[in-house]
Amino acid sequence: MTTAIPAKPAPADSPKLSSTGTYLLRGASLLGKEQADLLIRDGVIAAVGQGLDAPEGALTIDAHGLVALPGMVDLHTHLREPGREDAETVETGTRAAALGGFTAVHAMANSNPVADTAGVVEQVYSLGLKSGWVDVRPVGAVTVGLQGERLAELGAMADSRARVRVFSDDGMCVHDPVLMRRALEYVKAFDGVVAQHAQEPRMTDGAQMHEGEVSAVLGLPGWPAVAEESIIARDVLLAQHTGSRLHVCHVSTAGSVEIIRWAKERGINVTAEVTPHHLLLTDEAVRSYDPVYKVNPPLRTESDVEALRRGLADGTIDIVGTDHAPHPSEHKECEWAQAAMGMTGLETALSVVQATMIETGLMDWEGFARVTSATPARIGRVATQGRPLETGEPANVILVDPAARRTVDPHKMATMGKNSPYAGLELPGMVRAAFFAGHPTVLDGALNGPRAAAAEETPWIG
Amino acid sequence: MKHLLSTLDLSYQDAISILDTAEAMAAVGEREVKKLPALRGRTVVNLFFEDSTRTRISFEAAAKRLSADVINFSAKGSSVSKGESLKDTAQTLAAIGADAVVIRHGASGAPARLANSGWIDAAVLNAGDGTHEHPTQALLDAFTMRRHWAQLHGVPSAGTDLKGMHVAIVGDILHSRVARSDLWLLKTLGAEVTLVAPPTLLPFGVESWPCKVSYSLDETLETKPDAVMMLRVQAERMHSAFFPTVREYSRRYGFDDVRLDRLDTLGMDNTILLHPGPMNRGLEISSRAADSPRATVLAQVSNGVSVRMAALYLLLSGESSSQRTPQEVSAQ
Repeated sequence: MTTAIPAKPAPADSPKLSSTGTYLLRGASLLGKEQADLLIRDGVIAAVGQGLDAPEGALTIDAHGLVALPGMVDLHTHLREPGREDAETVETGTRAAALGGFTAVHAMANSNPVADTAGVVEQVYSLGLKSGWVDVRPVGAVTVGLQGERLAELGAMADSRARVRVFSDDGMCVHDPVLMRRALEYVKAFDGVVAQHAQEPRMTDGAQMHEGEVSAVLGLPGWPAVAEESIIARDVLLAQHTGSRLHVCHVSTAGSVEIIRWAKERGINVTAEVTPHHLLLTDEAVRSYDPVYKVNPPLRTESDVEALRRGLADGTIDIVGTDHAPHPSEHKECEWAQAAMGMTGLETALSVVQATMIETGLMDWEGFARVTSATPARIGRVATQGRPLETGEPANVILVDPAARRTVDPHKMATMGKNSPYAGLELPGMVRAAFFAGHPTVLDGALNGPRAAAAEETPWIG
Repeated sequence: MKHLLSTLDLSYQDAISILDTAEAMAAVGEREVKKLPALRGRTVVNLFFEDSTRTRISFEAAAKRLSADVINFSAKGSSVSKGESLKDTAQTLAAIGADAVVIRHGASGAPARLANSGWIDAAVLNAGDGTHEHPTQALLDAFTMRRHWAQLHGVPSAGTDLKGMHVAIVGDILHSRVARSDLWLLKTLGAEVTLVAPPTLLPFGVESWPCKVSYSLDETLETKPDAVMMLRVQAERMHSAFFPTVREYSRRYGFDDVRLDRLDTLGMDNTILLHPGPMNRGLEISSRAADSPRATVLAQVSNGVSVRMAALYLLLSGESSSQRTPQEVSAQ
């Protein structure tokens, strides 16, 4: 018996390129508002206006009915390389990112070896440059080996070619309060931020899913909301005490939203992130025992989902981060308790946010650009990303067809991970084109070609 | 019914059908030749990832009395202990031609995974998964209670349910697959249930469960339950601060001699005492209580074979459970 394996998305054999590096996007609706033409030349937005003339050699793209947005910036991506190239590589992960509408991703530090030295973050940075699909910004580990025992060489990573500004032990919580305090203080020296994975380890020893009515019936050890909220409460107080910048990864409970709201009202310098899956899915999905729904922090309840959506809409939660976590199929084709945690997200993030935030009337496309591009770029200190669609700005631009609908099929994705919780689900929105530094990485909804590696690496810290 | 995975999903109709079929099977167990040809040529695999001699031999006896071929697959010392996945094990059993897989697994949901993954087409019987469910244990408990309840009311048990019966389940509810399966099934059959445990050993959100909850065994006994189910307590729970000491647990939640005598004082002549076994004598149940005429422990064991015969028969006979009467079964 043979099964036809659908072809994975691959770059076009002969990418459509303008010989002069000039692209005219006709009639796009800027941030979902007024229609205008966008002229892209030499990596920047050269002109914005009505009825622009197409310069010689320009490739014209009909963008009527499409929304032009700044390229999305993910503060939370697992690219798995080095170490787990059977799960994802920088090449496949950034192809997925480009198809999903991203022009920059932050690669989390839990690779093998852990990205806790200048050498590893420079390796990931170089792989990103070589791939050329998006900006790859490595995240540095806070502690050596993510062990939570002693600080990694944060300064060396900050000063490396990778210019690390975001530090995280994501997957593990920096649970020692003294270590967390020191990390928050130390990164001030280079305007860094500590992105905390808020999970009290003792309270979640062996935890398998959200602790609630569903876990009680299923007999799976619970991951209580208080294990997240108690760490966030402690950390915002530490951030206040030290005057440091704190980012909270993947906020998942209504109580966490309340604590962050309280902290912001007190002027504490905290930002927070929510994943697409926590905006859509609940622990009810776990009743199937299908490990595709196993993720950390776990899927919570309907009222948590509601609070997260409102928190994102009112600015309590600053950004959407995918927590894209590809796994080889054998890590999910097993008993729930043995399965790995995590789900893919790069190629569905835009659609899920459109479904949960825009089609519900909670947010418009301008708000979408804020939470998926401008604010994550600011938190990660990526100067060339998340910029307005204005003349002279770097041309990191995507075109989105909000009217498109598609049924999610993990086998048609560029990511190697098949662990999409949305498989079979119809979702709105589709990325039609992506320009990364003025180069068309995606055209007609398909991969076009990567940007050639720059001979000289562009500094992006402004 | 294609699989038997939980009692939460078991309809009243199917539950009664299994219990009634088990009555017919029990009659077979009393004959000199304790064997039916019903499953001749069918293969039943006992796939045990956890040690459980009692449950395994009960299923083995049940399958053999129905003339099935039985293969015992213990994870210990097998390829599973060398890292073989559940998927590979399942596909191996499918290739061998298993018609039914009886699975005991330490991970909650493993039987559901086996049944719904498409790795194997056989009927799956959950013989206890993690802290989720143990449906055949609940069925044998209900069978034992139904016989008692029917006898009290002077009616044959076949076709009846547990309407009006009050059952207390005492002990480590949090970690007990038996308690969960018992609760759902007893509710389906019309009984009232009270869970009795220290607050640390009750699941989060138990308030939403269809039962009463009590922190006091003595207060619950005052309400004169018709049956008291004592759960085994694991001494290792002590190290996770679920209770201070084993002795304190035993004093507050053990069915000791004083409480046994209290049943007499309270005039509860017809209250029975159940235990899924194996018992910790002197811990959750005193020796005198375990050996008293109220205790149904051994009846539970023999009823277990009948109930498992019924479940295997109904899952493998290829007919809808409600289309066949127990008389037809025993007449085969």
